Amino acid sequence: MREILKLQDVSLTYQAENGEVQALDQISFTAQEGEMIGIVGPSGCGKSTLLSIIAGLEPATYGSILLGGEPVIGVSEKIGYMLQKDNLLNWRTIRSNVLLGLEIRRMLTEENIAYVENLLQTYGLAEFADKYPSQLSGGMRQRAALIRTLATRPELLLLDEAFSALDYQTRLTVSDDVLGILRKEKKTALIVTHDIPESISMSDRIIVLTDRPGRVKSIHNMEFPPRPGQTYMLPLERRNTPAFGQYFNLIWKELDVHVETQ
Amino acid sequence: MLKRSKKVGEAPLTQERAAYLEARRKRTWAIRLCQILILVCLITLWEILARVGVIDSFIMSQPSRVLKTLGNLQNNGLLMHVGVTCFETLAGFLLGVVLGNLIALTLWWSDFLSKVAEPYLVVLNALPKVALGPVIIIWAGAGMQAIIVMALAISLIVTVLEMLGGFLSTDPELIKMARTFRATRRQTFTKIIFPSNLHTLFNSLKINIGLSLVGVIAGEFLVSRAGLGYLIVYGGQVFQMDLVMTSVIILALVAALLYRGVTLVERLVLDAISHTKV
Repeated sequence: MREILKLQDVSLTYQAENGEVQALDQISFTAQEGEMIGIVGPSGCGKSTLLSIIAGLEPATYGSILLGGEPVIGVSEKIGYMLQKDNLLNWRTIRSNVLLGLEIRRMLTEENIAYVENLLQTYGLAEFADKYPSQLSGGMRQRAALIRTLATRPELLLLDEAFSALDYQTRLTVSDDVLGILRKEKKTALIVTHDIPESISMSDRIIVLTDRPGRVKSIHNMEFPPRPGQTYMLPLERRNTPAFGQYFNLIWKELDVHVETQ
Repeated sequence: MLKRSKKVGEAPLTQERAAYLEARRKRTWAIRLCQILILVCLITLWEILARVGVIDSFIMSQPSRVLKTLGNLQNNGLLMHVGVTCFETLAGFLLGVVLGNLIALTLWWSDFLSKVAEPYLVVLNALPKVALGPVIIIWAGAGMQAIIVMALAISLIVTVLEMLGGFLSTDPELIKMARTFRATRRQTFTKIIFPSNLHTLFNSLKINIGLSLVGVIAGEFLVSRAGLGYLIVYGGQVFQMDLVMTSVIILALVAALLYRGVTLVERLVLDAISHTKV
């Protein structure tokens, strides 16, 4: 397996008005091709900041990030980012929305358009291509956002709380849906979430970060052997296995969540 | 005819639904009727009071004399006066919109510049622009150009503030999304910021069309030889209240029509390029 991402001692200190804040402290890990890596940690530990750094949206103060063997300088075109909201532009049709990334990068070639049309077809959005986002359900909108991200054929996907804006039931089905698509397209992904069960259901490995400044506290392999005839086990199925509860207890203890009265 | 949405249209109307729709229609009619009645009553009362001599029609004018003046004005080039005022208003308005948006874009582009400009914008916004009238006349020359500059001066700063506010409060998540695709600042503006702020733009247009008219009338008071503002001032000077009243009434109609024009353009544009939820 090919190593897609390698972080070495990534640290971030930023200057605020009332002093220096250390947000991330020597984060190191690697991601192999096709791996789903969950990142969990207490709120404010810098999970989202870490993704921003990996994407090249902001520079790290120290450390190196290699993406496919090359250092990340500026926003990388090998990366696809999914945010909490679908961020579909409501004045554009779904088709025009999913082509936005290619349009911005000036890559609207016939081949790329055909690729996107194919994605729309495969993932059941072809008949909604001329509709506007407001005419679609939350789950379908999120799927459209995923296709917009996949359109530029990223090597690595970053999911930043990508499902937390959805209601609970939609969230379960959409995360199942999205992970199915990512597995099928053989993508590598970093999945940041504050939701422990969601992380366990989606990841091959979970990286637990400490409270600020975020450090790697521990890394856990999630083993959910696929049933015969399958190549992987999808999130909803994982949630019904006995191992799921055990992993939950493990991560819960690792996170050392105190009952906070806020 | 009732407008029916697809879903409801297929099912037969229930009695309650029909009654509800009927009641709503009646209410709408009642409101319209009252609005018209008030106008008719006021005009009639005005005419009667003037005829029986309770009010002095030399000072207050009266509807029949307004009508007569209107007839005379047609010979005296009323349309020309209306045209001049409309032209000056639209010219000042369009200049204000274009320049205002360009300045707002510049300030959005450079955070530093916008911070530097902030106190100036605040003071200029608070300053009653009409006070600049004499300065504008001397600088731009007594004539139509001064009036257009006046309309521009009144609407410009408001446009800048409104549009800049809109640009800066665009959903940061949308901007981040564009950045992840390596959008340049220019692309971010044309693809995200500006289209996100179409509503801001039309709100500012609706405010500005009125403000431009204020600027034009104030300008015409000061320098012009044509236009509705000129007619009002001239009528006042020669104590012809009929002329003043007639001009004011026409001005009210012009103002309403200009505003209507903007809302019409808004509807057309929004229908053409975006999907508005019904």
